[in-house]
Amino acid sequence: MTTESLLLIFAVLYPIFPVFDLAGEAAGLQLHLDQRLVTIFVYGILVVALNVQVGYAGLLQLGIAAFFGIGAMATGVMTVDKYPFHFGFWGALVCAPLVAAVAGAVIGAPTLRLRGDYLAIVTIGFGEVLRTVLINLENITDGPRGLNPVPEVWTPSWLRDWLGAGDAGEANLLVMYYTALLVLVAAVVVLKVIENTRIGRAFVALREDELAAACMGLDPGRIKLMAFAGGAALSGLAGCLYATNLTTTADPTNYDFNNAVMVLCCLIIGGLGSLRGALLGAALLIGFDNVLSPLLDRGIQVAVGDASHPLARFSSWRWFLFGFALIFMMRLRPEGLFPARRVAAELHEEPEEA
Amino acid sequence: MLDTLAQQLLLGLTNGMVFALIALGYTMVYGILEFINFAHGDVFMLSGFFALTLVGASGLQDAQGFSLFAQLALVLVLASGFGAVVNLLIDRLVYKPLRKAPKLAPLVSAIGVSFVLQNIGLIWGALPLDVFGGGGQPAAPKSFPALLPTDNLLGDAALTLQLKDVLVIGASLAVMTALFLLVTRTKLGMAMRATAQDPQAARLMGVDVDRVVAATFLVGGGLAGFAAVVYALYINTVYYQMGYQNGLYAFTAAVVGGIGNIPGAVLGGLLLGLVRAFSDQFIGAQWQPAVLFGILIVLLVFRPAGLLGSTAREKV
Repeated sequence: MTTESLLLIFAVLYPIFPVFDLAGEAAGLQLHLDQRLVTIFVYGILVVALNVQVGYAGLLQLGIAAFFGIGAMATGVMTVDKYPFHFGFWGALVCAPLVAAVAGAVIGAPTLRLRGDYLAIVTIGFGEVLRTVLINLENITDGPRGLNPVPEVWTPSWLRDWLGAGDAGEANLLVMYYTALLVLVAAVVVLKVIENTRIGRAFVALREDELAAACMGLDPGRIKLMAFAGGAALSGLAGCLYATNLTTTADPTNYDFNNAVMVLCCLIIGGLGSLRGALLGAALLIGFDNVLSPLLDRGIQVAVGDASHPLARFSSWRWFLFGFALIFMMRLRPEGLFPARRVAAELHEEPEEA
Repeated sequence: MLDTLAQQLLLGLTNGMVFALIALGYTMVYGILEFINFAHGDVFMLSGFFALTLVGASGLQDAQGFSLFAQLALVLVLASGFGAVVNLLIDRLVYKPLRKAPKLAPLVSAIGVSFVLQNIGLIWGALPLDVFGGGGQPAAPKSFPALLPTDNLLGDAALTLQLKDVLVIGASLAVMTALFLLVTRTKLGMAMRATAQDPQAARLMGVDVDRVVAATFLVGGGLAGFAAVVYALYINTVYYQMGYQNGLYAFTAAVVGGIGNIPGAVLGGLLLGLVRAFSDQFIGAQWQPAVLFGILIVLLVFRPAGLLGSTAREKV
């Protein structure tokens, strides 16, 4: 099966998924697929964001979850009752990426000139600092409980009527679903366009050979900063959608290192530098983690009867799976499952002499 | 006040010794392969579980006097050996085939190994052993029995100096001295330094680079295993995520001292241990990661080569 046909299947299925939910509800099944799929879209945005930084520009950053968290937190601050802003969802959707981009620029400006693996460490460090701050600055962030309640997507009544949904909550879920899907599609379209502009080509040139790129008149510092801040902005956007979907910024562990690695896993398995790879990676991994594995857990519960022991839950073994996936990918197919042609060629080039 | 300072100084010193021992493993591997072995902290963690299993199996918590110390020494040796073998196996199975691949490949693989090891730790903690509390709660911290007497060696003085403090500092210093001698006085050490400086030239001079890399992983893993027992004796808990945080701190220590620089790793470890002790005392333990990683970020921005490192340009 080609990548295109897989993408096509998703492109056809995603817009009609809520129908399955409604059908399931009519049949007495509470699938809640729409809420789970929103998570896939949110992570899809995160993975394409990381793709801008790691895939295009070759900046190995392991702290993307921090910018995700900043976006969520900015959304919280701008919308909850505790603060005087009350921007609502659409206002937050515009502001959260800006806040995250500024944070990205502030972190990036002094650190992007560091060599590759140092950047990885600085971004991990930044993620840890942010996690600590989120948990401990209770006056501002409300600690582990998070800011509550982040308002749902506001739905005008004519739209609600048109959707024919029974109540406001259901209509909001549907609007949330399509908003997230649309934002993801918009992000992908914009990135697809950027790929073939001067800036997009500059990113790749920098990844391939910084020295050569600089000699051709590119300013590596500025371009790296653009890639980093741009990726951070997209992550902030994802954070805004995520907090809105959960209606809270709660649980800072959603924004910690494990999550950053999860996003990196999606990107590596999908294919570094490849937009469709990023999308399919997110669909496969997050879909597996969010939709399939709860179902598997329920299956185990039914099969075994008593599954109270933590190891009887599938989630206790997931890091095995992701760890081995990373190891085998790097060994057998480092360019990912759905690679960008240029990256694949580069990874299979015979090294001259090491 | 002065007593508090002295007490924190002692705590910082012992903490710093553990950081330094782990940091040495990071720095030695980085010095030779220019690669951050993300799984190193988890080798430390697994060695902790190994040591706790040994303690449980041998009934060490009930031992007294000479037999206690003899068996404890044996646990130290076995855990070091365990760490060394695990580290070497990881290199052979995972990193070695990627030696000529782009730099991202081993780094990502190391993250993968780290997750696999953490999951092994989780499952290890679920073994139905008494020392693991029956294993019902795999993720919960397992308490490591306080094997050493907790009397204050200074009698009634306000400063508490326990046998474990002396042991941690003494044993760590002894191991570091041995490492220093290995690197500076032996032929293998000379080969290690040569490989770190220029692998290709070293190979041309007849150094068996593969053997040097293997020795480096063995020594690094051994130090991590040793550190795990020291840590467990001191902190009295073992849990499956202890490698992640301590590993990151230790890596920070290696960077602070100048990555690839062996005395630098020790210096960085001690500094970080002291900062941690004082920040816990005066700022609050909940801010610990923010303080330590804040220092890392600031240091990398202003002095990326670390305190003792030389400013080397990235190889083009």
